Amino acid sequence: MHVPDGFINAPTSAVAGVVAAGAVAVSLRGARRELDERTAPLAGLVAAFIFAVQMLNFPVAAGTSGHLLGGALAAILVGPCTGVLCVSVVLLMQGILFADGGLTALGVNITDMAIVTTVVSYAVFRGLLKVLPRRRRSVTVASFVAALVSVPAAAVAFTLIYWIGGTTDVAIGKVATAMIGVHVLIGIGEAVITALTVGAVIAVRPDLVHGARGMEQRLKLRVNGELVDAPAAAPAPVAAPAARSHRKVWITGLVASLVLAGFVSFYASASPDGLEKVAADKGIDQKEKEHAAAGSPLAGYGVKDITDARLSGGLAGVIGVGVTVVAGSAVFWAVRRRRTDDVSPADTSSATSV
Amino acid sequence: MGAGHAHRLYRHGHSPVHALPPHTKLAAAFAFVVVVVSTPREAVWAFGLYAVLLATVAAVARVPAGFLLKRLLIEIPFVAFAVLMPFVAQGERVEVLGMSLSVNGLWGAWNVLAKGTLGVAASVLLASTTELRELLLGLQRLKLPPLLVQIASFMIRYGDVITDEMRRMRIARESRGFEARGVRHWGVLAKSAGALFIRSYERGERVHLAMVSRGYAGSMPVIDEVTASGAQWSYALALPVTALVVCLLGWTL
Repeated sequence: MHVPDGFINAPTSAVAGVVAAGAVAVSLRGARRELDERTAPLAGLVAAFIFAVQMLNFPVAAGTSGHLLGGALAAILVGPCTGVLCVSVVLLMQGILFADGGLTALGVNITDMAIVTTVVSYAVFRGLLKVLPRRRRSVTVASFVAALVSVPAAAVAFTLIYWIGGTTDVAIGKVATAMIGVHVLIGIGEAVITALTVGAVIAVRPDLVHGARGMEQRLKLRVNGELVDAPAAAPAPVAAPAARSHRKVWITGLVASLVLAGFVSFYASASPDGLEKVAADKGIDQKEKEHAAAGSPLAGYGVKDITDARLSGGLAGVIGVGVTVVAGSAVFWAVRRRRTDDVSPADTSSATSV
Repeated sequence: MGAGHAHRLYRHGHSPVHALPPHTKLAAAFAFVVVVVSTPREAVWAFGLYAVLLATVAAVARVPAGFLLKRLLIEIPFVAFAVLMPFVAQGERVEVLGMSLSVNGLWGAWNVLAKGTLGVAASVLLASTTELRELLLGLQRLKLPPLLVQIASFMIRYGDVITDEMRRMRIARESRGFEARGVRHWGVLAKSAGALFIRSYERGERVHLAMVSRGYAGSMPVIDEVTASGAQWSYALALPVTALVVCLLGWTL
């Protein structure tokens, strides 16, 4: 959902704008590493693809249909930095050309839909790939989970921004319930479509899937009726082994904490069924209010407030974990980037084209 | 791309607003929206004045009201959300037509509706008086990173190509009797999306090779540098400055 002007107050929008600008600047540097001098045409075409695929309607049932948001898909197919860039450019153009999402809310929209979805989904994806066996099937499974987590994560980020700078005082528990409840459902659709799409690309051009690099089947030769590994054509890219082992621990821990804490606190406070039930109750109440005289819904509100209080307690935990994970992964990426910068020689291409 | 590189969002014209350099228009639209967003919501009359200001710009740009209103429909999902707000917000409640509504929620709904609509109208005016290419040049002029502008320009340039490719794939599916009816058909659609990605990416590789063979070395040459005179700047900034006066009045009154 694109946030329009006036929904988030001016100072918060400005802060979100600064965050978005910083992240885009970092991604611009990172995208050069992922795509070297081909960045402009390739990222542009991938952005056009994201833009087009958002118009592809997936029918759900009885006339309703959904579409892909594309953050997780972009991160897995072309890498996190290029993914952030592509989705940000799509949002920028939607804001300026189609008036979809406000100009002042651009920072909020980019932070929420481009950065949070891409970074969270890529962190989850990488973490799962470390744990799962190295097979193509696990790429599909990991992209399913990554997309599934990324959409509610964006909803949590939006709720957080709304909590800081929302212009209406709808109770934060209600906003969180509505946003996260709806986006868990959307996330399931997103996850299925993302996994199927990644699977389709992997079946045809596995080399194009950024998330599946290093998963290629080794070429086997049949020599005298026996299968032997073909000699590697080119030396494999050397990765610093020390850094890698750290990385493994880091990402696995991060993902485990995110998944466990997020889901466990969900279950501890109220089961997802409860969430849906609250939403349904609320919807029914509204209809009743329109028909019957006012006053009686207050009783309903009393009961609902209790559930909301419990929920908001649980959701505060989820939001807290979300903040920690985002902050932690920010630190993690910063540290990792510095380390790789130290290891790799200064690349000339970025020096000339900055 | 068959329709001469003009986009359907753009309305060709020769009005004074069309003639302004793109970066002045971008800056003006952005400043205007910032001013609108920072206006207190209780100053209802201020939003009326903003609407009058935008209507004046539309009249000067000769953008018909029907066109503008039709493009405003994009915010409908949001209106639905704003309508819900008085029912769920907290605080003091009032009785309107037998329904108990929150005062704060009503103000919030008004706030979002007014500011959102003005923001959308400003963007629509900007997009309908500025050519796509000019917009990109304007963004570059406003010191957006060149690489980002390049990516955006490739997205704009090939957006229609990729959308058309998707349309052809849909026609191909439908001509073979396929009709997506439910979740069971997602596999087919996702395969199409995957194929579309591969085609887009491969097209990107070909575009890059074509560019390299024409001497591309990481940055696009700027052929038509756009500049704005002081008069043009003051002309463009008349809108946000007037809005700022209204906003200040709204804070003090």
